[in-house]
This record gives sequence, C-alpha cells and structure tokens, in this order.
Amino acid sequence: MRNVLELVWLIPVLPLLGFLINGLGRKQVSKTMAGIIGSGTVFGSFVISLLVFFSVKEGNTQVAHYFDFINIAALKIGFDFQIDQLSSIFLLIITGVGFLIHVYSTAYMHDEEPKDFAKYFAYLNLFVFSMLLLVLGANYVIMFIGWEGVGLCSYLLIGFWFKNTNYNIAAKKAFIMNRIGDLGFLLAVFWLIAKVGSVDFHHVFDVVGNPKTNPLTTFDITGITLLLFVGAMGKSAQIPLYTWLPDAMAGPTPVSALIHAATMVTAGIYMIARSNILYTMAPVSQGVVAIVGLATAILAATIALKQNDIKKVLAYSTVSQLGYMFLALGVGAYTGAVFHVMTHAFFKALLFLGAGSVIHAMSGEQDIRNMGGLKKYMSVTHITFLLACLAIAGMPPFSGFFSKDEILAAAYNNSPLLWGVGVAGAIMTAFYMFRLYAMTFLGKFRGTTEQEHHLLESPKAITIPLIILAILSVIGGWIGIPEIFMHGGHRLEAFLAPVFAQSNALTEKHHLSHTTEYMLMGISVGAALIALVYAWNRFSKYQKTEKEETGLGKVLENKWYVDELYDSIIVKPVLSVAKYFSNVFEKKGIDGFVNGVGKAVNYGSRQIRLLQSGQVGTYVLMMVIGILVFFIIQLFL
Amino acid sequence: MEIKWYIGLAVALFCTGIVGVLTRRNSIIIFMCIELMLNAVNLLLVAFSKMHAASALGIADPSVISSAQIFVFFIMVVAAAEVSVGLAIIVMLYRNTRSVDVNFLNRLKN
Repeated sequence: MRNVLELVWLIPVLPLLGFLINGLGRKQVSKTMAGIIGSGTVFGSFVISLLVFFSVKEGNTQVAHYFDFINIAALKIGFDFQIDQLSSIFLLIITGVGFLIHVYSTAYMHDEEPKDFAKYFAYLNLFVFSMLLLVLGANYVIMFIGWEGVGLCSYLLIGFWFKNTNYNIAAKKAFIMNRIGDLGFLLAVFWLIAKVGSVDFHHVFDVVGNPKTNPLTTFDITGITLLLFVGAMGKSAQIPLYTWLPDAMAGPTPVSALIHAATMVTAGIYMIARSNILYTMAPVSQGVVAIVGLATAILAATIALKQNDIKKVLAYSTVSQLGYMFLALGVGAYTGAVFHVMTHAFFKALLFLGAGSVIHAMSGEQDIRNMGGLKKYMSVTHITFLLACLAIAGMPPFSGFFSKDEILAAAYNNSPLLWGVGVAGAIMTAFYMFRLYAMTFLGKFRGTTEQEHHLLESPKAITIPLIILAILSVIGGWIGIPEIFMHGGHRLEAFLAPVFAQSNALTEKHHLSHTTEYMLMGISVGAALIALVYAWNRFSKYQKTEKEETGLGKVLENKWYVDELYDSIIVKPVLSVAKYFSNVFEKKGIDGFVNGVGKAVNYGSRQIRLLQSGQVGTYVLMMVIGILVFFIIQLFL
Repeated sequence: MEIKWYIGLAVALFCTGIVGVLTRRNSIIIFMCIELMLNAVNLLLVAFSKMHAASALGIADPSVISSAQIFVFFIMVVAAAEVSVGLAIIVMLYRNTRSVDVNFLNRLKN
C-alpha cells in the first residue's frame, strides 16, 4: 500500500481544480455541473484520504518533498507534505464532513443564480483546499499558507451575500480578528527560525525534544508557544478573539457548518496538537491554554443559554466546545482534544445542517421563539437533530459522551477545580441544547399560518447527509471507549500514540482509580441529564411572551456586552483616529502638499514665462552671455 | 606669419558680428552679421589647419593635411543653403508686414 502515499498530492489538488473550474467558468457551468464538480472533487479527495488512512494504519508514514519553497542561505523550507496518524485523521474529517456539506449545499443553495451558485462552490472548494494544505503541511510555513487561506475563504463565504452591509461587516470582523491571531503565529514562526533555524516539524520537534540539542530556553519556548496560541485563539475563536465566530452566522448555513465542524476552527487545535512537544515543555503556556479554554467554554455556554437565534445558539455552543478542546490540550490530553474535534465535527455539522433544514422549511426564519412543533412536519430532521443534541450533551453511548468524558477525566487528573468548572459547562451545554431542541421541535407551532403551509421535509440531498452524520454522531465515539469499559477499547489513542510519543514520554501518567472514574462519569452525566430533562419540560410548553429579560438574563442575551466593550475600547478609538487622519491630516497635510507642488510649479512658470519676451535681440544677448559664462567657467575656474 | 594674427582677425570679425546682431534691428543686417560670424570661424579653421595640424599630428609635409580646408567648403555650402532659406523668410516677412524690423516680430507673445 506504500504507493498510495504517492497520491497524497492529489488530495488538496482536486478541490483546487474544482475551485479553478467553478471559479473561472462560473458563467458557463450550469448549476448541476457546478454541484457535481464541487462535490465530486471533494469526494475524490475523500476516497484518497481513506486509502491514505488505511496505509498509515499499517504503519506507513512519510514526509513527501515536492519542491523547495524558500531557499535562502541556511534557511531551507520545502513544500513538503506530512502524512502521519494525526494528519490522516484530519484529512478524513475535512474531506468526509466537507463532502457531505457540499452535497447538502447543492439543495440548500438551489435558489441562487447559476453564476453565484458556481461561485459558492468555488469558494467552498478553495476552503477545503486551504484546510487540507494546512493539515498536510510538514512545516509551519506551509501550514501558514493554509492558515491564511482558510481566513480568506471564511471572509469570502461569510460575506457571500455581499449586498447586505451587515454581512460584510461580519465578514470583515472575522478577517480582522483572524489577522490579529495570524500575527502571533507569524511571530512564533520567526522566533523559531531565529532560534532553531528551521520550521520543519520533524526537525524542530527532534531538536527541541532532545535535552542535549535543545537550543531554546524556557523563556523562548514559553514565548513561542504563547504566540502560537494567540494564532490559535484567532482561528479557533477563544477569548478574547471569539466574537467573530457567532457573527460568522451571516454566511449561508452550510458554510457555518463547514467553518464550525470540518474546517477553520479546528485549525488551532490541530496546530497545538501538532506542536504538542513544545507545549509539554512549556507548562506555563499549557496553563494559559487550559484556563483560556475553560473560561471560553463557560462564557460561551452562559451566552448560549439566552440566545434566540437558532444559529447563534449553535455558534456559541461551538465556541464553548472549542474551549473544551483547548482545556484538553492545556492539561496534556492531546488525544482527547483530537477525539473531541472528531466527534464534534460529526454532531456540530449535523446540528448546523439540521438547523439549515429547519430554516429552509421556515422560509428563512431563524428565531426559535417563532418555531415549535416542527416534529410532526420534519421527521428526519427532527430525529437526527435530537441525536445530535444527545451527542453534544454528552449522553452515553453517543459520541460526545466519550470525548467529553475523556477531557473531563484528564482535567480532574490535573486539578479537580478544572473538572468542576468543566462539568458546570457540560450542564449548561445540555440545558441550552435541549432548550433549543424543545423550542424548535416540541410544543405548538408559533409562526405565521403562511409559514405553516410551507412546512415540509427537506429534499433528499439535505436529509441523506443528515442521516449519515447522525449515524456517525451516534457511533463515532466508539473508537475511543475508555479502558474501564473495555480493555484496549481506546483505539484512537493507540492509533495516535506515535504522534504524541515524545510528549507522553515526558509526562508521567497516573491513572485514576476505577471508582473515581465511574464517579466522575456518573456526576457529569447525571447532572447533564437533570439539566436536559428540566430544559425539555420547561421549553416544550414555551409560550411567546412580550416580557423583556431583566437582570442577568438581559446581560446574557446581550452576550455579556463584550461586543459593545470591544466597540468602545478598540473600534471607536481606532475609527476616531482614522477620522482625524482622513479629515485633518489627509485634507490639510497630504492634499496641501500635493496641491502646493502644483501651485508652486504654476507660479514659477508664470514668472519664468516673462523671460520669453519675443525680442530676438534679448534672446541673442542671453545666448552670448551664456557662452561667455561657459568660457569663463572653462578657462578660469 | 604667426597664427596670432589670424586669431586676432577672426575674433575681430566675430565680435563685429555679435555686436551687429545685438544692436541692429534690420533683419537683413542681422543676417549679414551672422554670416560674418560664420566666416570668422571658417577663417580660424583654415588657419589652424594650415599652421598647426601637421606638427600636432607629427607629419612632415603640411600639404598632405587638408581635411579642415575641405570641411570649410562643407560649411560654406550649408551656409549658402541657409542663406537662401533665410532670405526667402525675410522676403516673405517683408511681403506680410511691409517691414524688416525684428522688433516688429514679437506678435506671438501673449
């Protein structure tokens, strides 16, 4: 199976081809063609990813070198792809979930103009391409190309309906927030080049991981990891750079699913998991990652409690789940983080696509206060959505239970306090997800009668991806069954072991006793179950009220006023400085200078013009004087 | 004869020409003064060629070197052509303005 690895370059190239065909020929290709090209190329990548995965599973890993990307003096950066356990898992997630989202999009975006439709698929393919490049890159620079690519594509797709100013603002916000993070990433890469002289993963990790050759001081390594984490904060929406992600809901719903599940936000997790050895060697950074992750998980969960837009709830739940993943990375449970990325990709994609199906049926309505009782109209959407909710709430035996439990157990190992706060987050997760579920699908329909007439189950292209994702959401966790249930059940950990071997060698593992582990599991599941049942009961009887939220509820509904805070401490000052420069400096300074040059030339020429008197005698006199001056200079000076 | 006499004569002719161009207003006289300057230079060329060229180039027989004399013929031919054009312009000028005064010709100003 070794030769399969030769095909790896095709994985990113296929979506790139799809992007070029759909993008350049967007006026020629029909809707059907655009859909087939868009989904087909990603499907091709998925098939190759599967083959690569099985080949890697047999133990074939390699770094494929294609050409020198940068070659200056001692610094050599190759265009290399890294094929190993970690990247092959991500390849499967990206292309697999990505493909389902493409298929779903063919139905969801069907009302668009043909050329917009093709443009949409071109962007989606470019998005997948960038993410694949990010995951496959064998050094930080190639990773950074993909890293920037997904930032660009998110901007393009969030602002896909660019005629709406608010959507454009949301797109800009996403881009700028990402740029802030990217700066951190870049600085970390420069730091690495300066100290290690290489950005190749293999080289860096080998050199740094070996105490004899390690050129980095503790300060260096902490600085580098913290800067990398700033990059991850931007891309994976952590405090303080998370506000772009909920606003990213402006894009079409499948795009939200793609951003939140398969691509983009998992980039930060991937990068840190990839650099695990650096983080293991920098306990300070690990602490920061864990605390920021946990704080984000809690903050976003509290906000999600009071949101009324179906997509906003899901967006904040993504931010919160990403917080859990960072918590896992921070406490050294790298496998747990990757596991949660995977299960989260399944159920979050399912939730978004389900939400999209609901929005489709409700003719664009997104406010859950106007929904309710959709259960009897949309059975497939309803059942798949329920399964996803159970998975994200961490109910056994759904996938979310295994990954979340692993993270919480690792957190407990680190400090019971982290575990306690984590469980509080899990309880809130169960509560807001079932509030969302109950308000959408249970009770009586609260929308207009016109909307009620249009309520129909979505077409096959929408429901089939939902069903596939629902199956994955249910069984996806079974590859990581904890040791206490089944000996050797954690197949993912065994599979990923080579990637995290260096880190694992540095940290001593102390296993929890079985009773503690059962107890922890029991508490988190039991508490989440209580929250779930309470939310189910309370919100299935939800009635529309005109009553305004007060006190804490109002603060939560307004997302802790974080946006307003950023607005007043960052956006407004920057805007006023910009205004000063545009009104005063630009008009007086730059315009004054430019116009001044023009005026000076004008004035000067008006004066010099007088020399041209029209008197031939004067001209000749000047000529003679000139010749005399020339003679004097030549002969006497 | 020494070269300085020739130089003196040429400078005198040239200065006469310049003064004439600067001071006179009649375009025909100005034209003649220009010719005077031109021929002062011609004279200088011939004189230098005759007196200096052979010794400067290290050739024994001075009669061999005659390129500057030939050059002067070229200048004369060009000058003759120029005169015909210049006189034609002056004739046209006279026909149009009934005058050959150059100070009358600053009409293009403004």
